[in-house]
Amino acid sequence: MTGPWQVVRSGRATRLATSGLSAFGLLLFAVPFLFRTDVVQQLTTLCTLVILASMWNVLAGYGGLVSVGQQAFLGFGAYATVFLAQRDVHPYVAVVLAAGLSAVLAVALAPLLLRLRGGQFAVGTWVVAEALALLVALDEDLGGGTGVSLRGLNAYAPDWRRAYTYWLTLAFTLALLVAVFVLLRRRTGVAIQAVRDDEDAAAALGVRAGPLKFALFVLAGVGCGAAGALTLANTLFIQPQSIFGVQWSAYLLFMVLVGGIGSFEGPILGAVVFFLLQDWFAQFGAWYLIGLGLVAIGFALFRPRGLWSLAGDRLPFRLLPVGYALREPPATGRLGGSRRSASRQ
Amino acid sequence: MTWVNAILQGIFLGGLYALFACGLSLIFGVMRIINLAHGDLAVLGAFLVWSVTVTAGADPFVALLPVLPVMLVLGYLLHRTVLARSLRGGPLTPLLTTFGLAIVIQNGLLQAYSPDVRSLGGAAGGLATGSWRLTDQLSVSYLGLLVLVVAVLVLGGLHLLLRRTRFGREMRATAQDPDTAALVGIPAQSVYAKATAIAVATATLAGVFLAVRSTFDASSGPTQLIFAFEAVVIGGLGSIWGTLTGGIVLGVAQTLGATVDPQYSILAGHLVFLAVLASPRGRAVIR
Repeated sequence: MTGPWQVVRSGRATRLATSGLSAFGLLLFAVPFLFRTDVVQQLTTLCTLVILASMWNVLAGYGGLVSVGQQAFLGFGAYATVFLAQRDVHPYVAVVLAAGLSAVLAVALAPLLLRLRGGQFAVGTWVVAEALALLVALDEDLGGGTGVSLRGLNAYAPDWRRAYTYWLTLAFTLALLVAVFVLLRRRTGVAIQAVRDDEDAAAALGVRAGPLKFALFVLAGVGCGAAGALTLANTLFIQPQSIFGVQWSAYLLFMVLVGGIGSFEGPILGAVVFFLLQDWFAQFGAWYLIGLGLVAIGFALFRPRGLWSLAGDRLPFRLLPVGYALREPPATGRLGGSRRSASRQ
Repeated sequence: MTWVNAILQGIFLGGLYALFACGLSLIFGVMRIINLAHGDLAVLGAFLVWSVTVTAGADPFVALLPVLPVMLVLGYLLHRTVLARSLRGGPLTPLLTTFGLAIVIQNGLLQAYSPDVRSLGGAAGGLATGSWRLTDQLSVSYLGLLVLVVAVLVLGGLHLLLRRTRFGREMRATAQDPDTAALVGIPAQSVYAKATAIAVATATLAGVFLAVRSTFDASSGPTQLIFAFEAVVIGGLGSIWGTLTGGIVLGVAQTLGATVDPQYSILAGHLVFLAVLASPRGRAVIR
């Protein structure tokens, strides 16, 4: 005779994995003391990719809102930083403020865009990105169509500047990941996933989809705005065509689909994979992008839960538990019980 | 008078946008998905016509004759291979796959044809450049009128197809409820595949007119997709004649914007689209 099954958030292995991962995240702060500056700069790029992928996943994977226009926030964050820096705000303060301003932009756009569903939302966000790019290109103070540099960071020695930018980027990355994690673990997380799986059924159970989608849209706006501002702080120069370019959406699509849409860990894995591929294959230009597109289509059609599902399903624990697991009760005549993961995050 | 001329040219431009938009609208109406590769398929068609024009030395509109059937087949196969499978994956998968497809087509064209900007205007001869001068500042180009007439014919043809033919009834039935349609013997996938074929063919037609009218290159597709989508939303989703109205409103907004300052042309179109979206009517248009 066995007792009742237990619903648990995490077992010992999961807790160990989570603590290990958190420690690893904090250890990353030490990188500038241990490695050369080009490594630091590369890791800064990787961190912005992680931010972008997680934010896009929050929208598409959890909110069911496929955006082809998150580059609107990237560009807005970057140009807001330039705008503030031109008015004698310290560039790093400007980066933080720009992320806040992106939230304001998201709040302003939400009533307009969240009215749209599916493909309409996708193209609607894209139009917003295009309109913003055109508006920025009209403003000569922001460099017009030719681009603009971020001044004010030259005061630091290059090595220190890269280190400061890296620390700021890492802090943003961890803060945003924690925000997503907390959002998904709480009651809202269950509601969000219910809305993702079937909006009408969730509504019938009393879940209000509107405010949830609004929260996700604003969070993604802040994240992408921060990523744009940090990209600028890393490269010090931006052009409207590139920062507002739709190729960002292509990268986001690839990272999230390959990593695993709708899972917490997937986009992080996807960002790492994309980062490595970019390093090795970007020299092939158009062929590289054709490959990215084909791989993304392949994953969407044949492995919709991405690479993470391959690893995550086999692990006896979760790296970052946002779902629940069923624990089999100890059976008589058998010592201990095997844990079985019965939940899908 | 420049304003009157701007409005007139905007109406002709709107014909082109309506032509781009009708395929997008058809696929959305029947399958409830937005094909994010629509613009790139149109540009692919234009490039194929360009190839035939160059190798055979033919007029672009003659070159269109062999290309159109090819694109019809391509559209049919596109559904049979990619879209049919993606439709089974839920509402997001078609978006993700068509966007992936857009990247592939765009960069494939870039690789095959180089990033050079081209035009079919030269090959089309007098048709591309000739015009009737009404007054000093008012002129009607042959091409503009031709595009508008073709757009009206294509939209009218689609309207008749949907309202009057057996296949049209099948399409409408499948659009309303594919499962019930299947019960009375209408294979949804076959209807979808034919609808996609028609949509890709109309996109090709639009792509060729774009190429004759102005210039195109491997990355022209996304812009055309956006214009097509704006026309569809301004005109009202799922309405054939609304698409024509939407295209014309967008075209007029762009030419009026350009009259103020060429930089404002496309921006004016975007702003009209966003205004329609924000208006109470926009709220009614969606869903």
